Amino acid sequence: MARAITASRKSSPATGRQMTGAQALVEALRREGVEILFGHPGGASLPIYDALYDARDVRHILVRHEQVAAHAAVGYARASGRVGVCTATSGPGATNLVTGITDAMMDSVPIVAITGQVPRPVIGNDAFQEADVTGITMPITKYNMLVMRAADIPRAVRTAFYLARTGRPGPVLVDIPRDVSQELCEPDLTVEPQVPGYRPVLDGNPNQIAEAARALSEAQRPIVYAGGGIISSGATPELTALVERTGIPVTLTLMGKGAMDETHPRCLGMLGMHGSAYANWAINSADVILAVGVRFDDRVTGRLKDFAPHARIIHIDIDPAEIGKNKPAHIPIVGDAKRVLAALVPQVRPPQIEAWWKQIEEWRERYPFRYRQRDGRISHQYVCDLLNRLTGGRAIVATDVGQHQMWMAQWYRCREPRTFITSGGLGAMGFGFPAAMGAKFARPDRQVIAVVGDGGFMMTLQDLITAVEHRLGLPIIILNNNALGMVRQWQSFFYRGRLSASLLRNPDFARLAEVFGARGIRVERPEEVEPALQAALATEDTPCVVDILCDPEENCLPMIPSGQSVAEMILDG
Amino acid sequence: MAEGTHAATISVLVQNAPGVLVRVAGLIRRRGVNIHSLSVGPTEDPSVSRMTIVVDTAPDRTEQFAKQLRKLVEVLRATAIDGLPTVDRELALVKVNVTPGTRLEIMEIANVFRASVVDLTDRTMTLEVTGRGEKVDAFIELLKKYGIREMARTGQVTLVRGAQAT
Repeated sequence: MARAITASRKSSPATGRQMTGAQALVEALRREGVEILFGHPGGASLPIYDALYDARDVRHILVRHEQVAAHAAVGYARASGRVGVCTATSGPGATNLVTGITDAMMDSVPIVAITGQVPRPVIGNDAFQEADVTGITMPITKYNMLVMRAADIPRAVRTAFYLARTGRPGPVLVDIPRDVSQELCEPDLTVEPQVPGYRPVLDGNPNQIAEAARALSEAQRPIVYAGGGIISSGATPELTALVERTGIPVTLTLMGKGAMDETHPRCLGMLGMHGSAYANWAINSADVILAVGVRFDDRVTGRLKDFAPHARIIHIDIDPAEIGKNKPAHIPIVGDAKRVLAALVPQVRPPQIEAWWKQIEEWRERYPFRYRQRDGRISHQYVCDLLNRLTGGRAIVATDVGQHQMWMAQWYRCREPRTFITSGGLGAMGFGFPAAMGAKFARPDRQVIAVVGDGGFMMTLQDLITAVEHRLGLPIIILNNNALGMVRQWQSFFYRGRLSASLLRNPDFARLAEVFGARGIRVERPEEVEPALQAALATEDTPCVVDILCDPEENCLPMIPSGQSVAEMILDG
Repeated sequence: MAEGTHAATISVLVQNAPGVLVRVAGLIRRRGVNIHSLSVGPTEDPSVSRMTIVVDTAPDRTEQFAKQLRKLVEVLRATAIDGLPTVDRELALVKVNVTPGTRLEIMEIANVFRASVVDLTDRTMTLEVTGRGEKVDAFIELLKKYGIREMARTGQVTLVRGAQAT
């Protein structure tokens, strides 16, 4: 895609407090503690890149497609808990960020996107590389702004970071016309954000908290339904304290993976469409549900009226609009999960739930996750199970979207928060590998692994070169079934096996990796899997692509078909 | 109006900033809901505008609308005012055909509705009427037989009665 370069006036050096808008931008980013941004330059962002040239402490990672920049910013934010930053030029550059920004919106991830815009005098004239990016991103950002004066840049940046990371986190976009980046100004870098209508409520109402504590203390079949909000607010210690104090079982959403140590005996793992049968039976039989940092997504609830029909629901969320959006809450509590749980835990008397646990253990024994290895074929689940064993659940894993994502969610048992990074709400294929890169930049000290499918990896694999360039020791495990596996599964279950456009012809990914300068391993037989994974996990300073040719007929089960209830769960294929 | 829906009024105080109207209208559009009327104007504080929005929605969804609107950064307050005692007004300008024979008849109707004649030619008369939506509807209904040439309505504006804030 063309990135036209039009003549730009050389930015004048800053004299005293005077600087260009672009220099003010870099200074403002520095003040937010930004150490890294992912981006791709172009005509409208040239002044910004010129200012970045001098900024050795604000590191720019050149990606080969802006979509990767946005996904990497998300991976960075989710692994580190800090705000991820991505940047693109105007028009096509900015529109390429859209998928990643939407992903951040759906999964409440704090990122700031900085885009170039065409110069002020031609805005609205269909100028070269012009797109109305604030208009386009209005529904997919928490907030966005077009900055029309260089002197306003510091406040815009300050406001963007403040909005991105506070309350319910989310993406914020700042669009800067090229001539604003070039304009000289004397910026006030100490300004505070001005958002009078924005007042997140952090502390829950004490009466509601007391009522919730009573409901939990008197419950016979209580359960916790914990989601990504626990991770964003850092409420894992409070959640764990609640469980240790009361013995109440916990189910996790896909976004909630890592909200609690999944090897804890009280943790039932993931619930929902592809969650464990025992987690789903348990939540559906509960009499009191403590829902924290979750949004009653349809992938969790199935048919709403049949979801947990007998339960009193306590719903804690920092976003008041989530409470009662899909399922009415009997005890609504608006507030930050960490603060609300901290207030709630000491008030809960341990309920009498021995019979409840007896029932849950019976389900857990009867319906564990299981898989079989067909002769000579590699089972996807075996690979996921093995990755879990080899890492002890202590690596940071980023997945792409599809069957492999659900198998990882089922088999990889996270030990701590911010270790499972996946596109939950948007389900964006192509997310896994860029997000893993972002996570590796955020946490170079940790083992980070990308687990992808063949379909999703093909969408963003050009940035292997970026990982090679920055010597990222990043294992990329492809669960390759030569298909868009989840699409194929739905077609075989619900479309009479008519496999329309779901089978893929793939390149030899191991050789492809080598062409990029990475390491590549192709795995065709079950006995080769373990040595290959061990080699990949031990590879330093370069990405290592492990292409594992898996059983092409495997389906992801259990499954509650879309829009149905736990009673319709498919347990065996 | 779709089945199971009713006209719900939501009053929204917003900062006067570029793009706010689009954000508010866009949020409603994204939920696939028809905007019955939307009127905007400044308040006693020139930096703040009030929008009165009437939408077709299921009665139990109105509060959810208000909550979603409150999430917009420029929204200072959003209140679903279903069921509260309110003062509602709408203004309409109606340009109607007249002949020497119908002129007095129309002025009589205008008198009953406390409408005023704001323009008059030998073939047309323009009337201004203010009131609740139903009154404006009734007035327009009566004028139809004379032939309405053009019409403009403001959409509803609403305040809650008494000391309670809207």
